[in-house]
Amino acid sequence: MKRPEPVQQVKNRRDGALRQLVEGVPYIGFLGIQFDRRGDELTAVLPYQDGLIGNPVLPALHGGVTAAFLEVAAIIELAWSVQWPAMEAGTAPGPLPKTIDLTVDFLRTGLPRDAYARARVVRSGRRYASVHVEAWQDNRSRLYAQATGHFLMPPLTGDPAE
Amino acid sequence: MQAMSDLITLARRFIEAIPHSRALGMVLQTLGDGRAVISMPYDLRFVGDPATGVLHGGAVSALMDTASGAAVMCHPAAPASTATLDLRIDYMRPATPGQSIVARAECHHVTRSVAFVRVTAYDDDQSRPVAMGTGAFTLDRPI
Repeated sequence: MKRPEPVQQVKNRRDGALRQLVEGVPYIGFLGIQFDRRGDELTAVLPYQDGLIGNPVLPALHGGVTAAFLEVAAIIELAWSVQWPAMEAGTAPGPLPKTIDLTVDFLRTGLPRDAYARARVVRSGRRYASVHVEAWQDNRSRLYAQATGHFLMPPLTGDPAE
Repeated sequence: MQAMSDLITLARRFIEAIPHSRALGMVLQTLGDGRAVISMPYDLRFVGDPATGVLHGGAVSALMDTASGAAVMCHPAAPASTATLDLRIDYMRPATPGQSIVARAECHHVTRSVAFVRVTAYDDDQSRPVAMGTGAFTLDRPI
């Protein structure tokens, strides 16, 4: 019987693949978005900074920050879930999907504190995918924004059609 | 007409004080009568795909959201403030690397408490939009 792979080796591979996926995008670093991983489950984290404010009177997070945060969470989740088998086999992550459209539903004022988002791939085909993403701040059940986006999948490496 | 120019001065001050818009280097070009034009310079920190240098959709969304909010704020209804309720953006093509993005927003209809906006983003090629959006915004009437 094959011995199970050492746990640290598994963690290093997965964390390394996630880092490659995220650190390749300058704008993710600009907003300061991080990803928390538990197995294959990702939570996007947006640590609060003053530069994210859109309404200094309230104060409230900028709607554009929230839209960008949801879009980033959706793209990374989609790439991560689609490329998971290849990454588990040791292949470096490939190109990211491209956004076709994004519809953001602003449910509550974004408070001046950290925000979290989790995305779910509703449908993923060879060319197109639909992803739903939810964001919250203090309470997981009190969403402050949600979005649905459609994405164009990058051509699969080794795809005979390419 | 004095009231209108006061309104625009107020709206301009409101927009130029937004920390995230400043962080993205946004510049208010024109403002008035429910229309706003705001530009954002190309910046390597806003890139979404380092292989091509194309800006991230999120940066373009932030610009379009700001321009939309600005269009609401300078509408003759003179709202006291506004917030995004819903924003849908279609990304039609990648923005050309190195070029500024300009968002043109128009608040085309208002009700007692909601403002409806259309917004289009361009790079140097004015004939082919980079992205288009439609939004619904809250409209807080002055008390």
